[in-house]
Amino acid sequence: MTKQFKILYRTVLILLAVAAAMLAGALILWTIGADVTKTYSVIIFEPLKNKIQIGEVIIRAIPLTVIALGLSVAYRSGIINIGAEGQMAMGIIAATAVALAFPGLPKAVLLPLALTAGAIGGAAWGFIPGLLKAKLHVSELLSTVMLNYIAAQFYTFCLRGPMLDPAEITMGSGTPQSMRLTKAIWLDRLVPGTRIHTGVYIALFLAFTVWLLLWRTSWGYRMRAAGAGERAARYGGIGVAGCLVAAMVISGAFAGLAGAVEVAGVHRRAIEGITSGYGFSGIVVALFGGLHPAGIIPASFFFGLLIVGADMTQRMAGVPANMVLVLQGIIILVIVATRMVLANPYLEDRVRRRYCRLTGRSREE
Amino acid sequence: MEPNTGKITSLRVEHITKRFPGVLACSDISLSVGEGEVLALVGENGAGKTTLMNILMGLYRPDEGRILINGEETVFRSPGDAFAAGLGMVHQQYMLVANMTVLENIALGYTRAWSPLALDLDMVRARIDEISRKYGLAVDPDAYVWQLSVGEQQRVELVKTLCLGARFLILDEPTSALTPQETDELILLLRKMTRELSIIFISHKLQEVKNLSDKVVILRRGEVVFEGSTADHSSDDIAALMTGREIHLPRNDAPECEGKPALDIRGLKVRSDRGFLAVDGLDLSVCAGEIVGLAGVSGNGQRELAEAINGLREVEEGEILFFGRNIADHSPRDVIDAGMGYIPEERNTEGIVPSFSMKENFILKDAGSPRFSARSFLKLEEIDRNADRLRTEFDIRSPDTDAAAGSLSGGNIQKVILAREISRMPRFLVAVYPTRGLDMGAAEFIHRRLLEKRMEGIGILLISEELEEILDLSDRIAVIFKGRIIGTLDRGTADSRKIGILMAGVRNDEAV
Repeated sequence: MTKQFKILYRTVLILLAVAAAMLAGALILWTIGADVTKTYSVIIFEPLKNKIQIGEVIIRAIPLTVIALGLSVAYRSGIINIGAEGQMAMGIIAATAVALAFPGLPKAVLLPLALTAGAIGGAAWGFIPGLLKAKLHVSELLSTVMLNYIAAQFYTFCLRGPMLDPAEITMGSGTPQSMRLTKAIWLDRLVPGTRIHTGVYIALFLAFTVWLLLWRTSWGYRMRAAGAGERAARYGGIGVAGCLVAAMVISGAFAGLAGAVEVAGVHRRAIEGITSGYGFSGIVVALFGGLHPAGIIPASFFFGLLIVGADMTQRMAGVPANMVLVLQGIIILVIVATRMVLANPYLEDRVRRRYCRLTGRSREE
Repeated sequence: MEPNTGKITSLRVEHITKRFPGVLACSDISLSVGEGEVLALVGENGAGKTTLMNILMGLYRPDEGRILINGEETVFRSPGDAFAAGLGMVHQQYMLVANMTVLENIALGYTRAWSPLALDLDMVRARIDEISRKYGLAVDPDAYVWQLSVGEQQRVELVKTLCLGARFLILDEPTSALTPQETDELILLLRKMTRELSIIFISHKLQEVKNLSDKVVILRRGEVVFEGSTADHSSDDIAALMTGREIHLPRNDAPECEGKPALDIRGLKVRSDRGFLAVDGLDLSVCAGEIVGLAGVSGNGQRELAEAINGLREVEEGEILFFGRNIADHSPRDVIDAGMGYIPEERNTEGIVPSFSMKENFILKDAGSPRFSARSFLKLEEIDRNADRLRTEFDIRSPDTDAAAGSLSGGNIQKVILAREISRMPRFLVAVYPTRGLDMGAAEFIHRRLLEKRMEGIGILLISEELEEILDLSDRIAVIFKGRIIGTLDRGTADSRKIGILMAGVRNDEAV
C-alpha cells in the first residue's frame, strides 16, 4: 500500500466529513433563519482571534482533559463511568472544605492539601460504583448516574447550608456560593491578561502519567487486559475485580481533581454550575480522543473551542447557544462515523484498487 | 415470502476471486456440485475455504466471478438472498445468540412463525421436534445457548439450518464435535440426505472425506490445486496435495513412565452454569511424565473439570491434589503459581486477549513477574525479545509481534497460547481440545510439542474429542461420561471402538 495513497485517502475522508458536518449544520441554521456563513465564521474563528479568547478555550480544555484522562482509564479497564459529573462535584466540595477549614496554612501546604482532598472526594465517589460492580455485579451505568444525582443535591445543600458565604447571610442576597477562598489555594495565572492558570501543567503532567500507567506498567497492563478481555484476564490470573475498583478510584480521583483545579484556578470559590456538564462532555472527549492521552489533549482543545464558540454566536450572530449544542451533536456524530470509516481496512483496500485502476498504476506498487 | 422449495440440481461457482487487505483469499476458484452430490472441500487453515463458503452464503461479495444455481446466475447481496435460494450453512464458529434459548435462536430465522405482532413459538417448537426426531438430533429447546457445550451448540446449528428449510447444505467441519459413532451416524444420515439435497462440506479429517464425498476439491493459498473423484485417491494422496508435503502425525510410543502422581483428583463435584452437577464425583490421577487422554462427548463435564482445576470455577466437593497440595477453590493466580499450564477450550476469548498484540499476549500470566517488569514498570525490550524468540521457535506466522492476536488464524492463535504456556516451564499441563479446527500441519506441530513436554517429565491431561489424537498421544485413556470417569484404558488395549462405546455411556463389562 503506497504511503502517498494512504495520506490522500485519509485527507479526502476527513475533508468529506467536515463538509458533511457543515452541510448538515447549515441546513439546521437555515431552517431557523440564521446567517449561516456568519455563524460558522464566529464559531471557528472568533475564539481564536485574540489572546483572551484563546485563554478561555484553554481553561475549558483543562478540566475536560483531566476528566477525559480519568475516564479513559476506566473505559480501558472495562467499566463505563458516566459519573464524572458527580465525582467532580464531590471533588469541589472536598477541596473547598479544606480551604475553608484551614485558611491560615501557607500556600505550599494548603494548595497540595486542597487538590489532594479534591482527588480523594472524587475517588470516594468513584470507589462506590467500582466496589458495587466488582462484588455485586451492579451495573455501573446505573450506579454512577444515580450517584450523580446524589452528588448534585449534596452540592446544592453544601452551598446553601454549611458552606454558604456568611456575607450572603448578612447582606441577605442569598446567592448560593461559598466565600472567596484564601489566596493560598489560588493557582497562579500564567499569561497576563488571560485566565490561563497553572492547571495546564497539572493536565499535561496527568496526561503523561496516564500514558505511563496504562502502557508502561504492569498495573496498567492488567487493567487494560481486564477491560479488553475479561475472561482471558481471569484465565491469566489477573484480579479483575481489583482492577475494576482501582480504575474507578483513579477515574473518580481525576474528576475530583478537575473540580478542585477549576475552583482553585478559575472561580476561586464554590459556586453553582461549576461542573456545567464537563463530566458528560468529558465522555465525548475521551472517546473522540481515542481513549489515549495523545488524542485527548487536542480533543479537549477542540471541545473547549466549541464551548466558547457557542457563547459567542449568541452574542455576535444572534444564534441561540442551544443551537450550537445541536451543531456539537452533529459534529460528534460525524466524527464517530468518520472514525468507523477510517478504521475499515476493507473499504480502504477497495478504494485503493479503484484508484489504482483509474490512475493506471500497477496494484503491487 | 413463501420459500422456494424446488430442488437445487446444480450449483456452480465460476472464477471467484476475493481480496482482503493485503491478502488474496480466493483466486480464480471454480467448482460445481451436481444433484445429490457431496463435494469435500479440503485445505489448510487460511487456504480460503471459509472465505469461499462465506461468499456462497452471501456474507461477502466476490470481487470477481459468479455463482450459478440450476444454471442461472445468482447474486447474493445478503445472507438472506443465499438463504432464499436454499443454501444453508453450518459455520465453524457458531452463529448463535448466546443469551437466548435454542428455541428463540431458531425462531430468529424462522420467518414462517412471524406475524406482525406475534411470534408463534409453538410452531417453532413443533418444527424443532419434527426435525430432531427425523434426523435423530436431540436438542433441548429451552436451554440457553451459553449453557451449552460447543458440541451441543453445533447440534443446534444443524437443527436450525434444517428447520429453516435448507435445500443445499454447506457444512464447515461438521464432525469436529462428535464421537466416532456419532460421526458414522452423521455420515450415514448425510448420505441418506443426498437423496433430497446436495452437500458441500469442509473437513480436515481425511477419513470422512473418503467416506462421505463423491468429489474432492483441494485449496491451497486461495487456489484450487486439485479437483477429482474421491474414490480414485487415497487419504495420503489428499493429505500430501493439501499441504504440499507429506505429513506424519507423531505417535506416543515411548516406554511407560513411572512418575509420581502430579495431579490427583478425588471425588470432585462441580456445578455447571446451569446449576446441575456437571462433574459428579470424578476421580482421576495423572503422573508426572504421562499423558492421560480424557475422551468424551463434549458437554459431559470436560469444560467444568478444566475450569475447576485451574481455579476458574467453584468446587462443590472433593479434592484436587497438585503434587500433594489441595488446590481446589484456589484463585487462578495460585494455581498458575503452583506450576499449572492451561490451554483453554475457548482459544479466541479465553486463551488470548484478542485486541492485544501477540507480544502482549505472551506475558498475560507474567506481567508482574521480575522477568518482564521491574518496580511495576514493564521491561519492553525483554518483552520484545521474548516475543521474537517465541515467534521463531513456534513458527507463528504473522508479519511481526505487534499484530493483534485476534487477527491471526486459528492455528497461529493456538501456537501463541502453546508458546506462552510451554515457555513458562509449567510442572503440569491441561490441554483442552488443543488441535480443534486446526489443519494437519498445525496439529502435527502441536502434537510434537506436547510429546516433547511429556518426555521432559511433565504430566499432561489432554481433553479431546478427537479419538485419533487421544490414541496417538496418550499413555492412558480415561473416558468421561456425565461428569464421571466411566472407564480407563491402557494405550495397549485401547481402540476407537472401545472408547466410542464408553463415550456413549456403556460400561466395558456391559459391552457386547
